[in-house]
Amino acid sequence: MASDATSKTHHWHVADPSPWPIVGSVSALVMAVGGIIYMHTGFIWGFVLGVVLTMYTMVVWFKDVILEAETPGLHTPPVQVGLRISFLLFIVSEVMFFFAFFWAFFHSSLPILNLVAGAWPPEGIEVLHTWDIPFLNTLILLSSGATLTIAHHALIENDRDRFLNYTLITVILGFIFLGFQIFEYSVAAFSLQDGIYPSTFFLATGFHGFHVLIGAVFLTVCYFRGRNGHFKPDHHVGFEAAAWYWHFVDVVWLFLFINVYWWGSSPLGHLQP
Amino acid sequence: MSDAAAAHDHGHDDHHGAPAGWRRWVYSTNHKDIGTLYLVAAMVSVLIGGVFSFMIRLELQSPGLQYIEDLQFYNVLVTAHGFVMVFFFVMPALIGGFGNWFIPLMIGAPDMAFPRMNNISFWLLVVGLLLLMTSALVAGGAGTGWTVYPPLSNATFHSGAAVDFAILSLHVAGASSILGAINFITTIMNMRAPGMTYHRMPLFIWAMLVTALLLLLALPVLAGALTMLLTDRNFGTTFFEASGGGDPIFWQHLFWFFGHPEVYIMIVPAFGVISHVVSTFSRKPVFGYLGMAYAMAAIGFIGFIVWAHHMFTVGFNVETRAYFVLATMVIAVPTGVKIFSWLATMWGGSIEFRTPMLYAMGFIFLFVVGGVTGITLANAGVDIAFHDTYFVIAHFHYVLSIAAAFGILSGFFYWFPKMCGKMYNEGLGKIQFWLMFIGVNILFFPQHFSGMAGMPRRIPDYPEAYAGWNFVSSIGAYISFAASLLFFYIVIQTLRSGEKAPANPWGEGATTLEWQVPSPAPFHTHDQTPDMRPQPAE
Repeated sequence: MASDATSKTHHWHVADPSPWPIVGSVSALVMAVGGIIYMHTGFIWGFVLGVVLTMYTMVVWFKDVILEAETPGLHTPPVQVGLRISFLLFIVSEVMFFFAFFWAFFHSSLPILNLVAGAWPPEGIEVLHTWDIPFLNTLILLSSGATLTIAHHALIENDRDRFLNYTLITVILGFIFLGFQIFEYSVAAFSLQDGIYPSTFFLATGFHGFHVLIGAVFLTVCYFRGRNGHFKPDHHVGFEAAAWYWHFVDVVWLFLFINVYWWGSSPLGHLQP
Repeated sequence: MSDAAAAHDHGHDDHHGAPAGWRRWVYSTNHKDIGTLYLVAAMVSVLIGGVFSFMIRLELQSPGLQYIEDLQFYNVLVTAHGFVMVFFFVMPALIGGFGNWFIPLMIGAPDMAFPRMNNISFWLLVVGLLLLMTSALVAGGAGTGWTVYPPLSNATFHSGAAVDFAILSLHVAGASSILGAINFITTIMNMRAPGMTYHRMPLFIWAMLVTALLLLLALPVLAGALTMLLTDRNFGTTFFEASGGGDPIFWQHLFWFFGHPEVYIMIVPAFGVISHVVSTFSRKPVFGYLGMAYAMAAIGFIGFIVWAHHMFTVGFNVETRAYFVLATMVIAVPTGVKIFSWLATMWGGSIEFRTPMLYAMGFIFLFVVGGVTGITLANAGVDIAFHDTYFVIAHFHYVLSIAAAFGILSGFFYWFPKMCGKMYNEGLGKIQFWLMFIGVNILFFPQHFSGMAGMPRRIPDYPEAYAGWNFVSSIGAYISFAASLLFFYIVIQTLRSGEKAPANPWGEGATTLEWQVPSPAPFHTHDQTPDMRPQPAE
């Protein structure tokens, strides 16, 4: 920390100029305009192009970040602290995103929040059975949290095989969860257009499922980075972030299970005004 | 640390010079260049939004429909004016512009924590502006007001693509702000120079920290709300459709849960600027530094628990109204701490009335006027009468529009020498201030009267009875518009032929780190981390 005579004494990583931010912004523009064209005309390929461009941007951008992480002296310990802070802040913003959808659920189901609320579940809605697939998925996701923790401990103990195996098991559990959720959607007795119950149900659980997908992809990347020897017992911010993200997704699911699937589908849950 | 220098030579030009040509700006990872881009974007936006407000005042200058035959077009003008000013003028100027320029300079960091992410924050803002302009131009435009209340904004009443463009514009601008907020908070938490504890950071840094936290917590809720509106409009969900068991009032809850913190997002950075300017030109440290810092934190916190005072007319029970009245009035306490601390800072100081100081004192006056009418409107009973009248317009333009703009102008004149290395013409600056101050007060003060007399907002026509004050108001708008043009003239004149500015043009009152680097600030600053630890007495 001492200010000696060299021209640079700080230990921060100031990234070099990069084309990816502008490429990413243009991709977002294409995705937005393409999405609007799709919603109003049914022509989907503009939106698909936007998604592909956005994913391309993420790949090349994150590739740069990984290269920097592998370059000694760039991701110094204080820079790693910054990366951790920023990822936690990102998760906080995600929590607030889900806050909006939980608010939608409670606004519709709790008459004390909404003077015009009807019965909950609304008449004519045949709800899913809490202790069938939803409970099975709860067990799957909680187990995946446990296997991920085993993987993390293996990484800290420098047991690479165990780390890779348990990361892979976690990813597989994540995809099994997603498979069950898709199955559940396909057999549900209601569809998205059937009023407020399916609106809150599909958007809350759908966004959660999308986050499970993101987390599983994130962990898959970590699996391959681990195979390439990127993670050291004392330097593995990428894996740590993926693990935090996975636990965040896990906790959101617990709230969904308890409130939407369990309390929200039981007649006991209905409070009269 | 020795290999840090070696690590930098992975295939790039001299790290210490600016990359040449358009790449310098488009690919930028430099906080000063990105800050400049934000300021330029804000100036473009204020011209666009200013032309919209000019058209609104032209139409309202006399009763009857003068120029605008298509009433939907008037709604589109009002909507676009609000969106552009809030999301693309005030926020980019105060947060993106000043925040980027001065957070690293003031805390002794070489740049922001994530320079590349900083760049995408800026370009996403440009994309947001493009989408917003498109929304005004397609399918009759989005005539929903900046609050986008359903059912007006649903697929029945705005069936075209315009509202979808507006929704996605806000989505993209929101993503830009969330990324920026993460960047700012990380930079402030992690990269302060040794010795600069939280309780020793400059108040502008405190202001940016509070603002960034508000952005981080409020904008995702707006994103959720916008997503629900988008699926209601296009995919058949019924979040805000009473016929499907939804509730349009729920939109108002979500919107204002974001919207009330949003108004503090616009004003808290200005608090930070004003503290520095008042202290510099009074040649005294800020009175009650810790109180000032925690007052901003308190305002930020209370900002999350008062949202329903925007919705007093929807039919809450009396307990709910009582709570929101009380909670809203509590905001006056930390706000009073700030106002009186600024006055106490000036008290006994050797005050120099340079342009930034004039703007700071203008800010304090305008903010007090807007704050007092805010207390008036906080009363649920009174608000029933004032809701949706020009009294509300006058109130929030005093606090958000002109106080925030005075904060921006104060900061701009204060830091312009540091940013461009040249001094503006002080005489012209003072003339510009007085023209602007007189203009905005003639513009907005009469709106209290027309509002109390019952003139509704968002309507292009009005009875003869409101003609007098509306005429005065329009004259004020033209004076303000002239003052804005004079401002742009001053900017151009300074850049072309301003005198060279010293590192610190303001003298001993300017104590923060940015005044210790040369003017203009070099491309890279604080390559050697300054040591801010308290020095033992010599």
